[in-house]
Amino acid sequence: MSAVVTEHDDHHEHDHDHGPSKGLLRWLITTNHKDIGTLYLLFALAMFFVGGAMALVIRAELFEPGLQFVQPQFFNSMTTMHALVMVFGAVMPAFVGLANWMIPMMIGAPDMALPRMNNMSFWLLVAGVLMLASTLFMEGGAPASGWTLYPPLVLQTGAALPFAIFSVHLLGISSIMGAINIIATIFNMRAPAMTLMKMPLFVWTWLITAFLLIAIMPVFAGAVTMLLTDRFFGTSFFDAAGGGDPVLYQHIFWFFGHPEVYVMILPTFGVASTIIPVFARKPLFGYSSMVYATAAIAFLSFIVWAHHMFTVGMPIAGELYFMYATMLIAIPTGVKVFNWTATMWKGSMTFETPMLFSIAFVVLFTMGGFTGLMMSVAPSDFQYHDTYFIVAHFHYTLVPASIFILMAAGYFWLPKWTGHMYDEKIGKLHFWLSAISVNILFFPQHFLGLAGMPRRIPDYAVQFADWNMVSSIGAFIFGFSQLLFLWIVVKTIKGGTGEVVTDEVWEDASKHGLEWTLPSPPPYHTFTTPPEIVPTEHF
Amino acid sequence: MKKAKQLIACVILMAMSLESAQAAYDLNLKQGVTQISHDVYDLHMLILWICVFIGIAVFGAMFYSIYYHRKSRGHVASQFHESTKIEILWTIIPTLILVGMAIPATKTMMELNDVQDADMSIKVTGWQWKWEYEYLDTGVHFFSSLDEASNRARQLGSGIDPRSVPHYLLNVDNPLVIPVKKKIRFLFTAADVLHSWWVPDLGWKKDTIPGFINEAWTYVEKPGTYRGQCTELCGKDHGFMPIVVIAMEQVDYDNWVAEQKGLVAETNAAAEKEWSKDELIAKGESVYQNNCASCHMADGAGMAGAFPALSGSKLVNGDINSQIDLVYKGKGMMPAFGQMLSEVDFAAVITYTRNALGNAVGDSVQPSAIKSLKSSAPAQNDDKDEDDKDEGNT
Repeated sequence: MSAVVTEHDDHHEHDHDHGPSKGLLRWLITTNHKDIGTLYLLFALAMFFVGGAMALVIRAELFEPGLQFVQPQFFNSMTTMHALVMVFGAVMPAFVGLANWMIPMMIGAPDMALPRMNNMSFWLLVAGVLMLASTLFMEGGAPASGWTLYPPLVLQTGAALPFAIFSVHLLGISSIMGAINIIATIFNMRAPAMTLMKMPLFVWTWLITAFLLIAIMPVFAGAVTMLLTDRFFGTSFFDAAGGGDPVLYQHIFWFFGHPEVYVMILPTFGVASTIIPVFARKPLFGYSSMVYATAAIAFLSFIVWAHHMFTVGMPIAGELYFMYATMLIAIPTGVKVFNWTATMWKGSMTFETPMLFSIAFVVLFTMGGFTGLMMSVAPSDFQYHDTYFIVAHFHYTLVPASIFILMAAGYFWLPKWTGHMYDEKIGKLHFWLSAISVNILFFPQHFLGLAGMPRRIPDYAVQFADWNMVSSIGAFIFGFSQLLFLWIVVKTIKGGTGEVVTDEVWEDASKHGLEWTLPSPPPYHTFTTPPEIVPTEHF
Repeated sequence: MKKAKQLIACVILMAMSLESAQAAYDLNLKQGVTQISHDVYDLHMLILWICVFIGIAVFGAMFYSIYYHRKSRGHVASQFHESTKIEILWTIIPTLILVGMAIPATKTMMELNDVQDADMSIKVTGWQWKWEYEYLDTGVHFFSSLDEASNRARQLGSGIDPRSVPHYLLNVDNPLVIPVKKKIRFLFTAADVLHSWWVPDLGWKKDTIPGFINEAWTYVEKPGTYRGQCTELCGKDHGFMPIVVIAMEQVDYDNWVAEQKGLVAETNAAAEKEWSKDELIAKGESVYQNNCASCHMADGAGMAGAFPALSGSKLVNGDINSQIDLVYKGKGMMPAFGQMLSEVDFAAVITYTRNALGNAVGDSVQPSAIKSLKSSAPAQNDDKDEDDKDEGNT
């Protein structure tokens, strides 16, 4: 590994351990997994605020019936860009950032297997997201057809269309490279004692996620390329007038889109399974069933896609098959929730900020799971589909699930990364504000959807006014509460509370993972020789 | 401190206003007015209760544990971490619950899908941004779009309080009328992009897809007015294409059909008539406001970058036939109005745009000319796509 660093380290004596390059160049050319992890995490945090600002535009417009702030077309651009930025700019990169930081440290490896590709996949991500963001300033506005980019509507996009498509290509290449890197690292660079079934669950869930990514990103890239040729090169894949079928796009998209949802939730499961045992002071309950359940969910994710399309007019056999297959997801997901509960059972729990976020995740993700179960029932979905009920459902599985767990991960590992302790009081304040406001924000959306409010509308009938106002108030509290997190992160990096942080950080954490055997903060290069033994109590 | 007080007062006021508005909104799915919608409601409640019970059990256990098994209470952690027995148990029980759910769900799904033996058929076509209804048995045919009052109020900065508009955004100019106690088959398609036709009281929604036909059916027991909306994002005005279904007793329905047929004769007669330019301009203004103003703006100024201005436009001030051709066939985001507008409305709006909005070409076109155009070129926007692609390549 040091050889890689040496190459661009010419102003440095070549006698002993190599540190990072100096100045900004360090971040541009770095091949160090910790640096790249940091880049990913900071970029994701920035995009979280960008996507969040877009969400607040949406909620501001929906605060009252009537149009007050934006034109409908721009509103549609906001819903589209909010989703794309949050999915591809915030949640996915944040988990890649965690993977970069933690996987080598968890498996006793000195770095990622393919460090230069690692650098490239990060900068391609930045290029992709910037290209996507640039469409906001183009003639005809940013894409406004929803993040699903359904034709024929998406083909009405103005100058932005090819840019959005190429941005998806860049993001796809970046994700695939990241995924290859993770798989190569996990398969080749584990410490000798670290057998597959001794790997921390975070590593397991990322391994499975990486395979999902490699399987689905090319499918998405293919789908958008077909849009590109339909628009510019005279093909008619999705145009009935030329023998195509708009529904074909939906099938291809959701073959990507459903596993994509799990790309955002499986690592979430991994982090939760890492944090809960530490604060319950107990091994994770049912480690191997957790691994199998993750694999089962990943497998099922490939065979349930058309439950996003129950109302599209499928034959009855298709409707029934996709209904049954979708119901099955409840089983492995249930196993996970039960396992987390059993992990807490008879533990000796303390409730530091990471644990609070993790418990809220288990509860609120389960609520998202319940509505998911309700929607799996195809005839009921004929009512729920494309209403605010769905909006509530997937936001419950993404915001108080993925986002909360990312927050938990931040609080959990920040002391390890920086060697400084965050401010527990403000952390808890951030938690309670977030946990309460996220429910004010999303819970009323269940009511709105059931009462008949369609999603993706900039204005609504007056009987939906009250709950929309409540939801918007929740949104603004939630949004501004996140500034606390930003403040905590900055403060912790700059020195935190000044408390001394031990290697373990959390009581007895070294029983739960190799990363806690390293100093806090860990040196630039760690595990240059693999550790002899690995903790066996992380499960 | 003062701010905090204000905030609290604000929250209390809000809670009170919610309380008082209790009757105005629903928290739960509508039971609806058909057998299917009742079945769906029952399924919904069944699964909701299953979820509630599972939730109480799981969260109950979790919160018991959170309360009693905490370090601050001196609880010492046990170190158990496996139990095959319990793992099998909590795999099998959910499976059985799922089977229990799947059985009634399958039954309802089969019913929902059974479009056979219908008494009558209505073809529904989604357009950007209105609905076209065609009664296949009687030949009644019309377009249905957002009513004028809502349309005025919903413009950005209109200054009109939506609460003062009856059925704001849920009202149309021409509602769909159906007889009660008849099995009605719907055939769904779309003219431009995807739409989805949803009336919650009927218990389902169905996507409308250009080039394809979807089917669904309903059997309404009770006369009444049932409202819904488009539920598939279809562009700018997706939120502004409501659906209103009026279910009537058979006798009333028959009268309505007769009335509609009379209206058709009237429209035809109007198209034959010779119209003066001023008449056309006067008529054209309301047609323009209802159909064109949401993109090209009420004063014809358009929106830079998105929708071209009509005031001073080369096309509008140029050859009348090329303007007619474009409006007739549509282009890019501009829908094909050839089928949507009656001959009179079409001729009126063309004449209006050429002689108002700052334009003064001075010519006009007669409805009869549009009529002959319709009969010679009844087709759709065939070359719309080619236009798009040309545009893209340049």
